[in-house]
Parts: sequence; structure tokens; C-alpha cells
Amino acid sequence: MSLYFTGEHEWIRVEGDVATIGISDHAQQALGDIVFAEVPEQGRSVNKGDEAAVVESVKAASDVYAPIAGEVIEGNPALADDPALINRDPEGEGWFFKMTLADASELDGLMNESAYREWVKTL
Amino acid sequence: MRYLPLSDDDRSAMLARIGAGSVDELFRDVPAEARLSGPIEGLPLHASEMAVERQLAAMARKNMVAGEVPFFLGCGAYRHHVPASVDHLIQRGEFLTAYTPYQPEIAQGTLQVLFEFQTQVARLLGCEVANASMYDGSTACWEAIGMARRITRRKRAIISSGLHPHYVAVCRTMAKFTGDTLDLALPELAAATDAERLIASIDKEVSCVVVQYPDILGRIADLAPIAEAAHAHGALLVAVVTEPVALGLIKSPGEMGADIVVGEGQSIGVGLQFGGPYVGLFACREKHVRQMPGRLAGETVDAEGKRGFVLTLSTREQHIRREKATSNICTNSGLCALAFSIHMTLLGEKGLRRLAEINHARAVEVAERLAAIPGVELVNESFFNEFTLKLPIEARPAVHAMVEKRVLGGVSLGRLYPGEAALANGLVIAVTETVSNADVDALEAALREIVR
Repeated sequence: MSLYFTGEHEWIRVEGDVATIGISDHAQQALGDIVFAEVPEQGRSVNKGDEAAVVESVKAASDVYAPIAGEVIEGNPALADDPALINRDPEGEGWFFKMTLADASELDGLMNESAYREWVKTL
Repeated sequence: MRYLPLSDDDRSAMLARIGAGSVDELFRDVPAEARLSGPIEGLPLHASEMAVERQLAAMARKNMVAGEVPFFLGCGAYRHHVPASVDHLIQRGEFLTAYTPYQPEIAQGTLQVLFEFQTQVARLLGCEVANASMYDGSTACWEAIGMARRITRRKRAIISSGLHPHYVAVCRTMAKFTGDTLDLALPELAAATDAERLIASIDKEVSCVVVQYPDILGRIADLAPIAEAAHAHGALLVAVVTEPVALGLIKSPGEMGADIVVGEGQSIGVGLQFGGPYVGLFACREKHVRQMPGRLAGETVDAEGKRGFVLTLSTREQHIRREKATSNICTNSGLCALAFSIHMTLLGEKGLRRLAEINHARAVEVAERLAAIPGVELVNESFFNEFTLKLPIEARPAVHAMVEKRVLGGVSLGRLYPGEAALANGLVIAVTETVSNADVDALEAALREIVR
């Protein structure tokens, strides 16, 4: 298992050829109380950088981008009824969607966990 | 500083910059016959304000005004009685001047009005949620198609041939920029609507089916089978109501399974006003509320637990969501929405039912009398306060001939569908509570003479 982060504050957990995507603890703190999340439907193909999901808090609405190309395996069904899960456990139970990993080399440009945490401190 | 803001040099410089030869060139979209070709006849180039006012008043008297002659025009704009209290109340300073008072700290009155309006619209259209209004019925109709696209992620809409052609025109204009495909057809001068064609055309590519109820010819179809067919293919049913008074009597589209119900609210509380400003109604199922366009007022409690009102679900909107907002609409028709809400409140549920009954009974009476004229046929098997006649002659000149007799005797299908020979003899007649017995006599006599 390896964990990556993007400059858009998404995290990607790769297990075999499946990637799970969510937003970082820093992102959920910046957004504040999350009231809604829209996750992509199963089977949707996305390219790297496509808007894949939407997250809304009491103060802002943001898009969540696909950090890599692939096909959506599932959206997190728990978020519809309990979007606050993203605040409580952003890098665990509050995941957004799982997708296939079309090209593992796309992970190369992403940050690892320690690099991301260090970078966030500078923001 | 000089008061005159623009010199000839300024004007030439601006035209040169945008590459236009003259100011007139900027208006080339306006057909030549609709443009003013010279000075207005009888109006001198220079005259005092009083003289101009007198001259223009004389010109305005050439108009045949709805309230002054027997009036049977409908097709999307209806003449109903608006109690004087409606105009009096909407002109209170708090309402008339407060344009966008959205801060709940200072705008409880406006927000409560919008909340009550939404409640009335939702109940009338048979939906769970309604927004704080749209520009008018046609733009609300287009917004519903866009909303269906966002929900289904499909871009093909099937449009009933009974949808008002002006609404169709608005949708076509907008679809040019969004890439939606619209399946269009012309109506037939027959009692049956195109429900069967609609049902047969739905497939997995279709975002929504758009049906007007009652339709442009006044016909009333059962929407339930269309809703069922749409849902079976993952598509939505959009119902369009141009005469909401009808819903005082007939089943609401929401009750029959429509997912989005839009409409023109003019006929309740708003005058004809030369075609605008009007007020668009927009309602839907609660599960689709995130994709709904427009403002939503919501009820909440303040820090002391007292009832209060705020704008809610604003993250759908342009001030937060920018270019990804569900729509660019905001306050739009607040004052017309207020008029709608006040008239509806004065009517109450019983009053609305009674008003609808009077309209229908009157229309039935007029339809029977006109259909008894030799050569004139009633097209509809069902209608509310508007029906279509098939005349033995073309309806467009017939309408003009009735105007000569000072009767505004309906809207010809030749006007709505120019060049369509199969529709040319169709005449759509609206009958509301404002029609007197003498009006009906005048219409019958005029039509009888013209078709003889």
C-alpha cells in the first residue's frame, strides 16, 4: 500500500491496481463543516485532472479532481447521508471514490505523505 | 464636464475598434420590415415635452387594449382579474424598493414572502420543492432541460409538439450553446396529443421528455404513462404549465409523476403588460434539489429559537459556485412573485378552485356556442379554459377580420406556426372569468359572419 497526495489536497491510496481517493485533513479543515458531497457513478472513465466529485461546506463548494486516469469502481455510498464523515475521518472512512489505475507512472509526479505534510505547513 | 457623453468622433472610434461600419449595422439581426426607416410620422423632430406627450398619447390610442374590447387571447398569457389590493400591497415601499435584501438580519419580510411563494408553487404544481422564481415560463422550461441534463448526464430532450412554439424557440436558442439535442415536432390539429409518439421515442440516451399541460391547443393529456415510460429509461419528465389557474381543477403534474414542473405564473396576480415582466415557476422532487437553479428561501430558527428565514443551498449559485453554478439566475421576478403570492393568498385554496370552475364552465359554454356555427369544428376532447377551433377558412385573416369588428377573437395557429398549411385553419380561444355575456355574443356574431 502506498499513499500519495496532490497539490489540490487530494490523497490517493494505492492497493494493487485499485486507487482510493479522498481529500486531505488539511482540505477538510480549510473547508469547514461539510454539508454535501457528490461522488462519481460506477463505470465512469476519467482522465487525469477531470472533475470527478464535488464537495460543499457551509462556506464553499469545490471540485475534487481525478489525480490519475482510470475508471470509477465505486463512489462512497456513506457520504450521501453523512457528509460530515469527511470532517471526522477525511483520510479514512470519508473517502470519495475508488478507481482503477490505468497508468501507474502517473503516480510519479505526486507527493508522498511526508512531503505533503511538510508542504502544507508552508501554506 | 459636458453632459453629452458621446461625440461623433467617439462614436467613429468605437465603431472602428469593433469593426462595424455604422451603428445601424449592429442591428442587422432585426428584420428590415421591423425597423423604423425614418422619423415617426406626425412627430416633429423638435417639440416640447407636453406636445410630444400629447402626440404619443394619440398614437397609443390606436392600440386595441385588452380591457376595452371582447378579449379571447391566451396561448401563454392570460387576462384574469387582478384585485386592486394586489397592486396596492406590492407597491408598499418595503417591497417595491428592496431589490436584493438577502441578509437575513435585515430582510425577514422579503425572505418570508419568497418562502410563502415557494410553498404555494410547490403545492400548486404537486412537487416537494419550489424555488424563489425564474424570469418567465419559457426560460424556466429551458432551465428544466439543463437540470435534467445535469442529473442524467444525457443531452437529448424529447419535446412534445404541444409545447408553446415560443418556449421551443427559447430552448433552441439556448441549446445552440450547450450542445443539447432537441427532438421537435409540429402539433396536429386533432383531439389526441402526441403522448404515444413521446413514449415510443424514449430511450437510454434521453435526458427528459418535455410536455405542456394543458398544451398549446388547450388539450389535457394524462401524464402518468409518459412519466412511467421516462422513468423506465432513466429519463425525467418535465411538465410545463402556462396557465396555472387550471391546476385549481385538474390533477397537478407532480401527482402524475413529473420530476420537474415549471410554469408561467403571470395568470395569477400579474397583468398582461405587453408580454412582460412575468414570473417563472420552478418546482421539482426534493432528491434533485441540488441541481435546481435559482434562489431558495428556507425556514430556520435563530439563536433564540424563534422562527426565521434565510437563503439556503446557496452553494448551487453563482455568487459561490461561479461558472459552475446551476444557473445564472438570481432575484429575477421578485415583485411579480410577490403579486402571485398575494393574489394566491387572497384566493385561498377554495377561491382558486372556484376561479378555475368559473373559467372552465365559461369556456365550455363558449366552445359549445362557437362549435354550433356551420363549418366550425371543436378540435379538443378535453380542455380547461382554452380550446382550439378548426375554421373553414384560414384563421389568421379571420382574426384580422374580427379585429375590424373590434373583437380580439383568439390566437391563430397561422401566427404561431407561419407557413404550416395543416395548421392554418386553427384558432385558439381562451375564455376567463373576465369574459362577459356581451363579449361572448360579440365573438359569436363576428365569427359567424366571417366564416359564412
